[in-house]
Amino acid sequence: MGNVIEAFGLVKRYGEVVALDGLDLAVQEGSVFGLLGPNGAGKTTAVSILATLLIPDSGSARVAGADVLKEPARVRERIGLSGQYAALDEHLTGLENLDMIGRLYRLGRSRSRARARELLEVFDLSEAGSRPVKTYSGGMRRRLDLAGALVASPPVLFLDEPTTGLDPRSRLDLWGVIRELVARGSTLLLTTQYLEEADHLADRIMVIDQGRDIAQGTPDELKTLVGGERIEVTVVSSSDLPRAQEVMQRFAVGELASEVRNRRVTAPISGGAAVLTKALRALDAEGVNLHDVGLRRPTLNDVFLTLTGHAAEPNGTRGTSEDQSSVRGKATS
Amino acid sequence: MMAVVHMFADAAVIAKRNMIKIKRVPEVLVFVLLSPIMFVLLFAYVFGGSISIPGGSYREFLIAGIFAQTVVFGSTFTGVGIADDIQKGIIDRFRSLPMSQAAVLIGRTASDVVYNVLTLLIMALTGLVVGWRIHSSLWEGLVGFGLLLAFAYAFSWTMALVGLLVPSVEVINNASFMVIFPVTFIANTFVPAENLPTVLRTFAEWNPISSLTQAVRELFGNIPPGTPDPTAWPLQNPVIYTLIWAALIIAVFAPLASLRYQKAVKQG
Repeated sequence: MGNVIEAFGLVKRYGEVVALDGLDLAVQEGSVFGLLGPNGAGKTTAVSILATLLIPDSGSARVAGADVLKEPARVRERIGLSGQYAALDEHLTGLENLDMIGRLYRLGRSRSRARARELLEVFDLSEAGSRPVKTYSGGMRRRLDLAGALVASPPVLFLDEPTTGLDPRSRLDLWGVIRELVARGSTLLLTTQYLEEADHLADRIMVIDQGRDIAQGTPDELKTLVGGERIEVTVVSSSDLPRAQEVMQRFAVGELASEVRNRRVTAPISGGAAVLTKALRALDAEGVNLHDVGLRRPTLNDVFLTLTGHAAEPNGTRGTSEDQSSVRGKATS
Repeated sequence: MMAVVHMFADAAVIAKRNMIKIKRVPEVLVFVLLSPIMFVLLFAYVFGGSISIPGGSYREFLIAGIFAQTVVFGSTFTGVGIADDIQKGIIDRFRSLPMSQAAVLIGRTASDVVYNVLTLLIMALTGLVVGWRIHSSLWEGLVGFGLLLAFAYAFSWTMALVGLLVPSVEVINNASFMVIFPVTFIANTFVPAENLPTVLRTFAEWNPISSLTQAVRELFGNIPPGTPDPTAWPLQNPVIYTLIWAALIIAVFAPLASLRYQKAVKQG
């Protein structure tokens, strides 16, 4: 299978700020490619260029067999784009929004209507379809926006941070929808700030920072790179520390890390919550008093710390406090 | 050929979408319609009593000026609509679709004509209430309204460009006020151009808003008998001069706005 999306040396500057600094990427047909990075890393800029919205300062790209710069109209016939902010008309109903997009894809009056109804059904919006979008919740808007990208069943889809700002439940719902899409054979380029999301959805992940590719691989390869999941145990009294170390050694898949001053043992594990449960039982059986315990999964922050030596700090101005706290919130959950 | 058909089909889809908005947000319409009523009443009763026109009624003289000013102000709507669509990311979506790229602006300017039609209707009714009449024929009266709409349509392309250039919706109202207010006041809209100091008078005589106002006054038969004929060419041939301006504005601003549209991307 060939590459459906290819970009070579994309550069885009906004004044002093370098949004993309020579980005290359290649996405195989029928696969899901995750572009992972913090706010301001250049994800949206990259998607905007590939979706013909933005002209790069240099570099070239091909999408679905057409040159993004030379044949933008042909590219547009073969892509669907769902942006970071649901691009919907608030005053139109869900049905009217999708119908409008269908008409602009030139599906024709009756086909466009039928397709709009079909998509509302798929995205569980049939009932809301006759209400203006301004009455929709954030999750509903995202679903409708995603539906908008699918109106013409395009072979290539770009989803720019499809779940940013959503509550965990809506996020899970949307993941389900996206997985179904992919199962039908679309090629998908997805950007996200959440390693967890890329892990769930993507076949291949590229981590970008300041417009540069800093790591690429399968989700497993990346997680191995940053150390996978681990259990953190903090004991009440430091006299318990040796016993805690001894217990955790049984479950660890690598070397333990101990911080005597913080009375904390960190054990790399594999097996998630099941292993955590067993470890807790074992610690309890040994009579170790726990102050705190947690299953820690690698986050974007860990990836960044490992790959760049600095935390995932946004260098743009787009970061909202909400985005920030959800990244940080994950790190401690 | 097919491209032109597509362009109009797409523009119709966009225009229809904008019209739905008029229906869903009637508040906007209420204000759009209230301000012209307010204008007519204010000018008719505040200025109408203290300014006198030899041989005629200032109120009748005034109405054409208010019509011209109001439809030109109406073009602000075009700019606001476009800036709002950029801000909400809707233009990003349109630009990712295989649609005619000119259609969004054509559909927008076309649907804004509807606002002006409604505005003119309401103002005409208010005008009738305060004593304004068309003294010519129905036919000439309709041509007068047609000319107002044509010039307003052309002018809305300047605001389309402004809407594409400004960073946010809020800026538009101020920006348009800065331009439209002087342009509509340094004209014969509210006072005869002959009364202005030389520099302003020359500007007023060649200002297309003046020719528009003059043309509409003539077509409505609102020029008092015995008024001396204007000396400046634009005011002697107001219909032609206004149409030339309308064509020029479209010829310059429609391509500029279309070019700019190709680069319009939601910022941050």
